[in-house]
Amino acid sequence: MINIEKISKSYGNVRALDGISFSVDKGQLYGLIGPDGSGKTSLFRILTSLLKPTGGKATVAGFDSVVDYKEIRKRVGYMPERFSLYMDLSVEENLKFFATVFNTTVEENYHLIKDIYTMLEPFKHRRAGDLSGGMKQKLALSCALIHKPEILLLDEPTTGVDPVSRRDFWSILKNLQKTGLTTLVSTPFMGDAELCDEVALVQKGKILKIDTPEKIAHEYPHRLWKVVSENNYRTLKVLDTFSHRISAFSFGNSIHLATGEQVNRSMIEAHLNQNGVKIISIEIIRAHIEDVFMELMSTEEIVS
Amino acid sequence: MTEEKVIVANNLTRTFGKFTAVDHISFEVNKGEIFGFLGANGAGKTTAIKMLTGILSSSGGKAMVAGFDIKKQRDKLKENIGYMSQKFSLYEDLTLYENIRFYGGIYGLSKDEISRKTDEMLERLDLKEIKNTLIAEIPLGWKQKIAFSVAILHHPKIVFLDEPTSGVDPITRRQFWNLIYEAAADGITVFVTTHYMDEAEYCDRISMMVEGKIAAIGSLHELLTKYDSKNMDEVFIKLAREPNQQPPAD
Repeated sequence: MINIEKISKSYGNVRALDGISFSVDKGQLYGLIGPDGSGKTSLFRILTSLLKPTGGKATVAGFDSVVDYKEIRKRVGYMPERFSLYMDLSVEENLKFFATVFNTTVEENYHLIKDIYTMLEPFKHRRAGDLSGGMKQKLALSCALIHKPEILLLDEPTTGVDPVSRRDFWSILKNLQKTGLTTLVSTPFMGDAELCDEVALVQKGKILKIDTPEKIAHEYPHRLWKVVSENNYRTLKVLDTFSHRISAFSFGNSIHLATGEQVNRSMIEAHLNQNGVKIISIEIIRAHIEDVFMELMSTEEIVS
Repeated sequence: MTEEKVIVANNLTRTFGKFTAVDHISFEVNKGEIFGFLGANGAGKTTAIKMLTGILSSSGGKAMVAGFDIKKQRDKLKENIGYMSQKFSLYEDLTLYENIRFYGGIYGLSKDEISRKTDEMLERLDLKEIKNTLIAEIPLGWKQKIAFSVAILHHPKIVFLDEPTSGVDPITRRQFWNLIYEAAADGITVFVTTHYMDEAEYCDRISMMVEGKIAAIGSLHELLTKYDSKNMDEVFIKLAREPNQQPPAD
């Protein structure tokens, strides 16, 4: 449904997208995972025909993003990062407006947004500007869906959204997927990657990796330990001097320590004990996407 | 020994018309503490921070921040706090050097102090070489660190960080937290909001706002025990999902 071939985009001397390629199949929930400044928004603007690429080619639902822009706009539902809602209009008015622009009515496609809109219904006369972040996000999604698009493009829909609303949002996306909708969604939250069918990890306009989240996590190249101790900050400093340490990063209450395969628990324990760290637990764990992302980031930096 | 309190809030309240955004919240924050201020969107966090930083007046209750009354001593209050938000307030069309000097002036530092602090900061962040670069041309992750360092340039008693790491890459996010730890070790109290629950776990104490009230407050360990959870994500969901649920008895 979406095909991206060697797309690049430069703004003056800044290379926002550096020849990236990937494709999204029909019915997939595809994640573009990366921090701000990795080129995600530029890519979305190219796919929605709002921006011309400097190089490369993209097709959306079989249509060229530059030539066939009119066809694309009919078929795509786009939710930009700063939701393009009319803050002075009410919830109901916003929805009606977007339906009218696409020559349809709210009634005709109500079934598509029913689950989401019922949560908004109690506030339907409230101005969009007065909604909380989570509610704005749900309204913006309803507006992007109201013309029954084949493809949904969501640019960081969960940024600035609390964990509960974020979770709700992902279950809405999963439900929409059951209707056959193809979705490309970007997010800086590494944890969200695990909810996608396939993901592209992006950084500084380049793709670091493309695969299913399970495979990406599985291919993590080191032995990974979860170390829980009394004071993470101090323990990290102590691990800096551990000769078998490949990397050590805090993960909430614990530290993820990467080592070679030859390292065993007692070697880590010995080093921590010698330096007065009070260990609570040490165990081998499977890598998360975030571990992989940081690993790829550091190797990338060494190369460049 | 009584610990020095940097925030003491008593029944702090703010209403907008009939709506009570912040509903009689009472809590204390100790000196040098990293205090996580969590809550769902619309729970009243931003309103509470605006009151605590002297930007918005309260409708009721009382709060002392950095030793000053948020209602009666706003000017004094503002001189003794730092603030940084997700849309940090650096001037894009000024250079790094100019930004630091500008904020030094705003915070009322003397010329000598500004020069000394500027050099010190450029040295510490290893940014001497780009001091004449426009902020607009500096990568996001660096800007974040600069914004934080500028927010504590005047060595305030407390710094308020409103979603400081939103959208940053995972390595920079962790480096940013190292700066937070250093500031706290230096005696600066850190008051931080975040939607990353792993970051909430880095805090010494965490509070959770639900519908204008503080629904829970304590160390990570205390909250995990009280709400029978594996991590903060679970605690958050339990509290925010069912706001009317009474917390289990101790």
